[in-house]
Amino acid sequence: MTFRISTTPLDPPTLARDLLDLRAGAYVEFQGWVRNHNEDQAVQALEYEAYVALAEKEGARILAEVATRHAILGAACVHRTGLLQLGELAVWVGVTAAHRGAAFEACRAIIDETKARVPIWKKEHYTSGATGWINCATRGDFATPAAPQPQAGPG
Amino acid sequence: MTSVQLHYFALLREQRGLSSEVLATSATDAAALYAELSARHGFTLPIDRVRVAINGEFAPWNTPLLEGAELVFIPPVAGG
Repeated sequence: MTFRISTTPLDPPTLARDLLDLRAGAYVEFQGWVRNHNEDQAVQALEYEAYVALAEKEGARILAEVATRHAILGAACVHRTGLLQLGELAVWVGVTAAHRGAAFEACRAIIDETKARVPIWKKEHYTSGATGWINCATRGDFATPAAPQPQAGPG
Repeated sequence: MTSVQLHYFALLREQRGLSSEVLATSATDAAALYAELSARHGFTLPIDRVRVAINGEFAPWNTPLLEGAELVFIPPVAGG
């Protein structure tokens, strides 16, 4: 169970190998990619920053909590920091379990809690040249700009 | 006066204009220190959207400031 912040690109096959477990019948992975838009604005790149010591501590707590609620065998999460281009892998979650149900649910819980609780920040660089720090921490809510930005319409 | 070490991230780092500093303050708890810094540097985030970590762990806003403490004000997080 490891949660790590990485300043260098992530390689999912390498990360998945660390979770190999002969008791596992299911391996579920989530990849978060840098997409080219957010709320009607064209995004050119993303910049991630983390309070690494606390991020890794809080992330480890999330993995431990999820492991107590779901019948999983292993779990890991790695989040990038730095300037990422469109299509790059920003966050990776991998979970193993004897059966798929627990693996899917635990994977979902890990990425949701990571977004809500771990001290990582994201700055969007728009094609217009503007930038904005994003608050996408609240569960199920729309992202709220942390700095002045053009208003997006509802929904 | 209490001397504390401060680290800034993301929006607060940009609004403060630096990543860390050592500061002597008359504030007695973390909330008062955030109010003092907000007034001085024009932080736009209200305190109810910010959390504080003291010595590497999340802490309540009314935690008394101790000499040499390391504080980080945590803007709304946005990983993923």
